[in-house]
Amino acid sequence: MTKLDERSKDLRKNVIKMVEVDKRGHIGPALSLIEIMRVLFDSFLTFDASNPKWEKRDRFILSKGHGCLALYSILADKNYFSKNEFKYFCKPTSILGGHPERDKTPGVEASTGALGHGLPMAVGMALAAKIKKETNRVVVVMGDGEINEGSVWEAAMSASKHKLSNLIVFIDHNKLQSYGKTTEVLDMSPLPEKWQSFGFNVHEIDGHNIEALEELLKTLPVNIEKPTVVICHTIKGKGFPFAEGNPNWHHKSGLKEEDILEMYKCLE
Amino acid sequence: MRKKALDSVYTLAKNDERVIFIGSDLGPGVLENMKNEMPERFFMEGVSEQHIVGMAAGLAMEGFIPYVNTIATFLSRRCFEQVAMDLCLQDLPVRLISNGAGGVYAPLGPTHLAVEDIAIMRALPNMTIVCPCDADEMNRFMLKTLDWPHPIYIRLAKGGDKIISNESAGFEIGKSILMKNGKDGLFITTGVMTQLALQAVEKLEHEGINCGVLHMHTIKPIDENSLFNLIPNVKAVVTIEEHTRIGGLGTAILEFCSDSIPEHTNKIFRIGIPDKFAEEYGSQNSLLEHWGITVQNIISSMKNKLNK
Repeated sequence: MTKLDERSKDLRKNVIKMVEVDKRGHIGPALSLIEIMRVLFDSFLTFDASNPKWEKRDRFILSKGHGCLALYSILADKNYFSKNEFKYFCKPTSILGGHPERDKTPGVEASTGALGHGLPMAVGMALAAKIKKETNRVVVVMGDGEINEGSVWEAAMSASKHKLSNLIVFIDHNKLQSYGKTTEVLDMSPLPEKWQSFGFNVHEIDGHNIEALEELLKTLPVNIEKPTVVICHTIKGKGFPFAEGNPNWHHKSGLKEEDILEMYKCLE
Repeated sequence: MRKKALDSVYTLAKNDERVIFIGSDLGPGVLENMKNEMPERFFMEGVSEQHIVGMAAGLAMEGFIPYVNTIATFLSRRCFEQVAMDLCLQDLPVRLISNGAGGVYAPLGPTHLAVEDIAIMRALPNMTIVCPCDADEMNRFMLKTLDWPHPIYIRLAKGGDKIISNESAGFEIGKSILMKNGKDGLFITTGVMTQLALQAVEKLEHEGINCGVLHMHTIKPIDENSLFNLIPNVKAVVTIEEHTRIGGLGTAILEFCSDSIPEHTNKIFRIGIPDKFAEEYGSQNSLLEHWGITVQNIISSMKNKLNK
């Protein structure tokens, strides 16, 4: 079991600040993502928070839009906007909604929330870079429930047809979807073999292990004329033992004051 | 009309590096010239409409203008969520060229008949819907698609039609064309139905009834100014569309009247496809007859509404 360091704890504290506003949010699916997002934004993606539309930036799409708490946490950390925005999470005129929206939140590349939309859009962006002979990369994060969607596999076929080596997909494989275990709702295994057979370069990794993630990202993208997928083994609700692997924390509402305190306590 | 639309894509692509063509699994040889001359901007992506629309959105976000082409049913039904979320919510300049709307694919049956596509597209914010009446108008319209900043649904209905449009009328998206003025009644039409209205008008003229034809090539945004100026001046308005009577052109006119000139709402009669899946095969013409969309019926509907 990976122990959380201070930075991982801080990024989780941001999440709590947002969910304590209305005592609700997609907590579990954000917590499994924190380390993936952290490593991407700390060590991999090229961007300029003061110029979110900078042409040379790497494109990042959180296709599992319900994991937005993790995205907002890292975007604020990188100064795309002030952490002060957290206290307006999902308020009527907030820039931080329950799913990410392009043109509303600085740093959000595409509006997502309806599942299975991110990868097709990412394929379009990666093709655009190839046509323009730009060297930017396109990174997409999907959930393991999300990949039930047929559109994901339509896009996967297209990505490999076009040899999109500038496209890297991360799967937050936390083994739980809304109703319950992914193996019981719709078993997608064997995942690595599936992606391999769709023409992807496949990696598997502990999605909470910072060092391992950083090591792997140093080798990406590999120039083998294939898109890449990184299957990240994660724990839904990671960091809060009472939420870990608990489907009731997928979308949690009616949080009580003691729940919030309990969450903060886990991060001490 | 379809050929003209695709020829236009080639010409636009030749002159503008932003233009991209994406087909699903179209007939062999489609846009071969573009494929040969501009292979990096020609895509044939397979039977995957959801992906194609999303991919077009991604390209549009990067400054390209993708023209997506496949059969109307698949563009309107199969990938509705992608059209709504990827194109309309994000307001991206993607052009959907839909083949064979209305009764074009009559022999193929209801799986291939797009008869509610206008209603579907009209419900989406930011969407523009254009139904040209002939190949010449299609050509003039396509030139205007380069710089229109929103998604466009381009409805191709019957092909090989007589040229009825006139270059002098020009073409502006959202600006209807008064093909003929008339003092008794007004036909408001879209797409190739304008052709039927012009035939009806000629016959009515022989009976001493003077009717006009307003060609509403753009159904959304609808040309409110023309409606506001023309409807009050006539005694009856008959709308004609090769589309279900629910949610299309006729509905749009009724909604406008009800909102803006309610005292004229009673003048409107809507001709369109009944609220049923097609029960027959045959040809486009036989289906139109089955649905009651004929010159004869158009004439009698106008006479009824005029009490003549």
